[in-house]
Amino acid sequence: MANMCPYGRFTHAVVRGIPETFGKPAADGRENGEASVELAKAQRQFGCLTGALRQKVGLQLIEIPPDPELPESWRIEDVAVIQGDTALITRPFKQQRRSEVEAVRRVMSELNLTVVEMGGEEGDSGGATLEGSDVLFTGREFFVGISPHTNRRGAEVLADTFRDFAVSTVPVCGGARLKNICSMGGPDTIIISNSDGAKKTLRMMEQLTDHHYEVLSVPEESAANCIYIKGPSKRDFLLHRPAEECPDSASAFQKLPDYTLLPTACSEASKLGASLSSLCLLINRKHTYF
Amino acid sequence: MTTESGADSEAKQLQENKETQKGKGKAASQPSQAAAEPTSPQNQPEQLPAAAGHSTPARKEQEQAEEDLVSHRSSTSRLSRSPLRGVKKVKIMQCKITLLDGSDYTLNVEKRVKGHVLFDKVCDHLNLLEKDYFGITYRDMENQKNWLDPSKELKKQIRTGPWNFAFNVKFYPPDPSQLTEDITRYYLCLQLRDDVVSGRLPCSFATHTVLGSYTVQSELGDYDPEELGSDYISELRFAPNQTKELEEKVMELHKTYKGMTPAEAEMHFLENAKKLSMYGVDLHHAKLVGSLYESLAPAEGEDSEGVEIMLGVCASGLLIYRDRLRINRFAWPKILKISYKRNNFYIKIRPGEFEQFESTIGFKLPNHRAAKRLWKVCVEHHTFFRLVSPEAPPKKFLSLGSKFRYSGRTQAQTRRASSQIIRPAPFFERSSSKRYNMSRSLDGAPIMENHETLMKDNAVAKVITKGDIITAVTTEKKVEEDKSEQEDTHKDAAETPEAVATTPLRQDTKTNDEQPTGDEAKEEVNAKATEAAGYLVKYVVDSIITDGATSSGPHGISLSTTMDDDVFMDGTLKEVEEKTPDSQDEVSERSVVKVSPGAVRQEVSQAISDKKGTLIILKDAEDKEDTEGKETSTLDEKEKSVVPREYETDKNDTLPASIGKEMFKADTSVVAEAQTTEVKMLSPKVEIKTDDMIPLKGIDSPKKAMASWISEEVKTEASEVISVSAKEMKTSDGLQENAEIFTFEDVRSEQSESNLVQITVSESSTASLAVSTLGWVSSSQKASPDQQEKAVVAVETEAESAKLTAPTSPDVVEVATKDMPVVHTETKTITYEAAEVDTNGDADPGVLLSAQTITSETTSTTTTTHITKTVKGGISETRIEKRIVITGDADIDHDEALAQAIKEAKEQHPDMSVTKVVVHKETEITPEEGED
Repeated sequence: MANMCPYGRFTHAVVRGIPETFGKPAADGRENGEASVELAKAQRQFGCLTGALRQKVGLQLIEIPPDPELPESWRIEDVAVIQGDTALITRPFKQQRRSEVEAVRRVMSELNLTVVEMGGEEGDSGGATLEGSDVLFTGREFFVGISPHTNRRGAEVLADTFRDFAVSTVPVCGGARLKNICSMGGPDTIIISNSDGAKKTLRMMEQLTDHHYEVLSVPEESAANCIYIKGPSKRDFLLHRPAEECPDSASAFQKLPDYTLLPTACSEASKLGASLSSLCLLINRKHTYF
Repeated sequence: MTTESGADSEAKQLQENKETQKGKGKAASQPSQAAAEPTSPQNQPEQLPAAAGHSTPARKEQEQAEEDLVSHRSSTSRLSRSPLRGVKKVKIMQCKITLLDGSDYTLNVEKRVKGHVLFDKVCDHLNLLEKDYFGITYRDMENQKNWLDPSKELKKQIRTGPWNFAFNVKFYPPDPSQLTEDITRYYLCLQLRDDVVSGRLPCSFATHTVLGSYTVQSELGDYDPEELGSDYISELRFAPNQTKELEEKVMELHKTYKGMTPAEAEMHFLENAKKLSMYGVDLHHAKLVGSLYESLAPAEGEDSEGVEIMLGVCASGLLIYRDRLRINRFAWPKILKISYKRNNFYIKIRPGEFEQFESTIGFKLPNHRAAKRLWKVCVEHHTFFRLVSPEAPPKKFLSLGSKFRYSGRTQAQTRRASSQIIRPAPFFERSSSKRYNMSRSLDGAPIMENHETLMKDNAVAKVITKGDIITAVTTEKKVEEDKSEQEDTHKDAAETPEAVATTPLRQDTKTNDEQPTGDEAKEEVNAKATEAAGYLVKYVVDSIITDGATSSGPHGISLSTTMDDDVFMDGTLKEVEEKTPDSQDEVSERSVVKVSPGAVRQEVSQAISDKKGTLIILKDAEDKEDTEGKETSTLDEKEKSVVPREYETDKNDTLPASIGKEMFKADTSVVAEAQTTEVKMLSPKVEIKTDDMIPLKGIDSPKKAMASWISEEVKTEASEVISVSAKEMKTSDGLQENAEIFTFEDVRSEQSESNLVQITVSESSTASLAVSTLGWVSSSQKASPDQQEKAVVAVETEAESAKLTAPTSPDVVEVATKDMPVVHTETKTITYEAAEVDTNGDADPGVLLSAQTITSETTSTTTTTHITKTVKGGISETRIEKRIVITGDADIDHDEALAQAIKEAKEQHPDMSVTKVVVHKETEITPEEGED
């Protein structure tokens, strides 16, 4: 349909800085468990990521300033799902994260995207939760992982927002979030972890889809989350975890032909269960109909 | 999209009310959902577009009003017509066909002509050559859209109401650019515009804009502010909820298309539309049956039984939606078989890479007709998109199931044919498409199939059509008629049992299968029974007892007993012979009475001691309904008692065997399914039970039958309709399934050779299904009627007491029978898991060790043997299912042949026992009668 074009064309990226409260237990306590994170290192890694997006890939970068009151606001992927010129502002599972959406909503409006809300808690979509890191958009369809953070009602709202596309629900096996175990590695390529759980999820996706995707499987789960962008220069870029973080998977990425590989460290965020794609929202403002 | 309710607001309300009631507690219920979507950007109508028919612009409804006059007249005249059939008058009917541009085309055709005549005339009128993608729809009494069958006479399809039709796209080409002619694409565009505007084809705001702009370009040409004015666009419809904003965006785009020809604009339109996820998806409302297929499971722990879903049939396969979410998809190559029985629809799935077994998934449709409609649509889509050429419909003696097959050209054929088109591109006028007046139904209200309404439209008087005469008949009346007919038959029957059977069958057929559901149980019984008759009905009935009557049902008797060879055969044969006409009478008398649950197949298990040990006998009492439909037999406890008696006669040992035979018509074939339960004792205490079924089926061409993966389920509806208990349904399902599915076969015996045999005592059919089906069976068990259970209990108690706890309560008993007791042999202890009621449903499929199928033929019989070895929880089990088809005409002594077949089976597997024998006899049915 009108909105359907190969995955990976983006012109803008929206990110949100790492606050000094990064990794601090949230108000409800103990969610980070034992993980000890280094704020400075995290901020450095964040800087590398944004630098790669802007300078290497050539995207226009919009950075929302960090908010110390919102220790998880850097996980900006969770709070919006964007396709074409429509941005669905999500409702994260955790109550204390829900105010993260406000700044993002403003940015979406400024970019002239059609902003769709999930509605109030009391509304008909009450009870619906959805986080962007459970949503895999392939360019042809959506897969929504039913996880601790995303429920079926949330997926329904998404399906209703993006009506052109098939929206399939899949169980998230072997990871906390769908995009922890898989991501897009090209217009028709899914990168997925080799774990049994991920394979199960992949089988479900294969069953549900009308399309054929190439599958690149990587031995380490953390390597499965990459960022693929076909930049303004029309080259294929893949941001992936560096060999230090995923020694066994580095060779797998070499199989991708003619890609510009951009190893991007993400060790600190990943200690908190996030990964590369968690840190940015990608937007295509040059949307073309045919 | 064959099913769509009209815009009739009343109906809708009804439905909605219903749904709300029903849906309480179900977050997913449609209405609530609809309310829930305020978040959507353009506030479009919600939800999946609802199983929607193709075209239902409200306009049609209006027309209906006018047409009512006409229809009224015509029906009156028919009513008043004398029943004399001899006089053949060529009757001309006026047909009104609503075309895709919204106009009506009226023409006269002879009443008896077949559907294709009408279709061809319309295509001629439209100057359409690539017509295989299209079809004609009509609305049935339930206001549901049905595709006109080109190979059947119009009058057989349009039973009531005005002869109003609509011309629609039936098969949406996945790649419209491959169509040869622009005119074909134009009509496809018109259909899609209607799909979009009606909400059947949901799309985003952006897509509405784009599609709308191409529509404008193709209809109005280049943007020209002077000629068109500034508001030129608002008279066109692009979306269910059209906003000013949308119109402005459409105009913006329209301005950019200068110079684009209409044909180009349509091509662009189609290129965009074809990518929509719901493009060409024909939706049907359904509910999940059973507890669930893993991937269907909506959420952990959530009971998926009864969850409302939508089944979408499309070029690539079958899609399953819950609300708007796709929760599963079965590509055509994944589907081994589709079937329907009553209001259930089943798909059998090829085992995946990591699975051992085929699985069967069941769905409950609002009613029988909906199930059949879905089945037909699937058959047609599969054939059209997947096959090179259509399958020949089973001819002549069709065995089980519907003869319906897609008879048109497949996509491959039509492409080939259209490549030969050499005419110059025809000139055609692009009429102003959907204008306001046309799209009233598109006000955004979701159009849904109203099952609910259907389910309850009891109030509607039924019209039963016999031959040309249409009469409104009350149920009772009907019943009586049938009765009398039956009685007549009866007499004959006494002399020749077969004759009896035959008669009823015909009669039924004639009566029709398309009757609407009645208000009362009776009526339904009627209707369904009738239907059943039309198809092959297999009743595996042990005996049908109507109030204590012991006679076995005329048609089918299924026996499931464990017996030794000799016994078996004797029992069987005898039973057959013993069929008494009387029973039939009784049955007929009772037809008014509802079918008691007992009618449904019962399993009685009797423990019998065998040489080897204890035998458990399962009996399936299938319902025996008569073919006629009218008769529903009731099985009562008494029945059981009776049965044994008969059997005993023969046998020394004790194993009662009864074989049911259905006699339909004299001539053709006898299908016998034998289901035997074999119980073997390895160790003193252990019992093994297995269900074996050996169906002997007479099929004209067995191979064909088997080959076809599409089978229509036999309907044994009579019992079901009335019957309250779910279990019955199940049971019967199982049987039916067997009947229909040529593949099931039957003798499964467990081999004792492995030491442990665990067998599930269950209805054979169910058992087999259970493996794959998971849950669909399960819930029902509990529902089963007391009588039945009691009966079971009685028998069972005795039998099982030794090893199993004697069940005291009916339920328990039931459990015992159906569930699979785990029996461990020598090495192991026997665990009897009587407590789990639902076991049936989730029979553990076990691990398949090996399977093989052997087919052999002799003069009059074809034997297919399927041997499966499986391991379940450490116990290995070998089942042999044999299906023996005896084909021949009336001259053949079927009993003899059957006996011989069984005997051979026994000889071949001396160490196994026969657990079940089901005899199914079929006769040729004249083509007209067979199917609607």
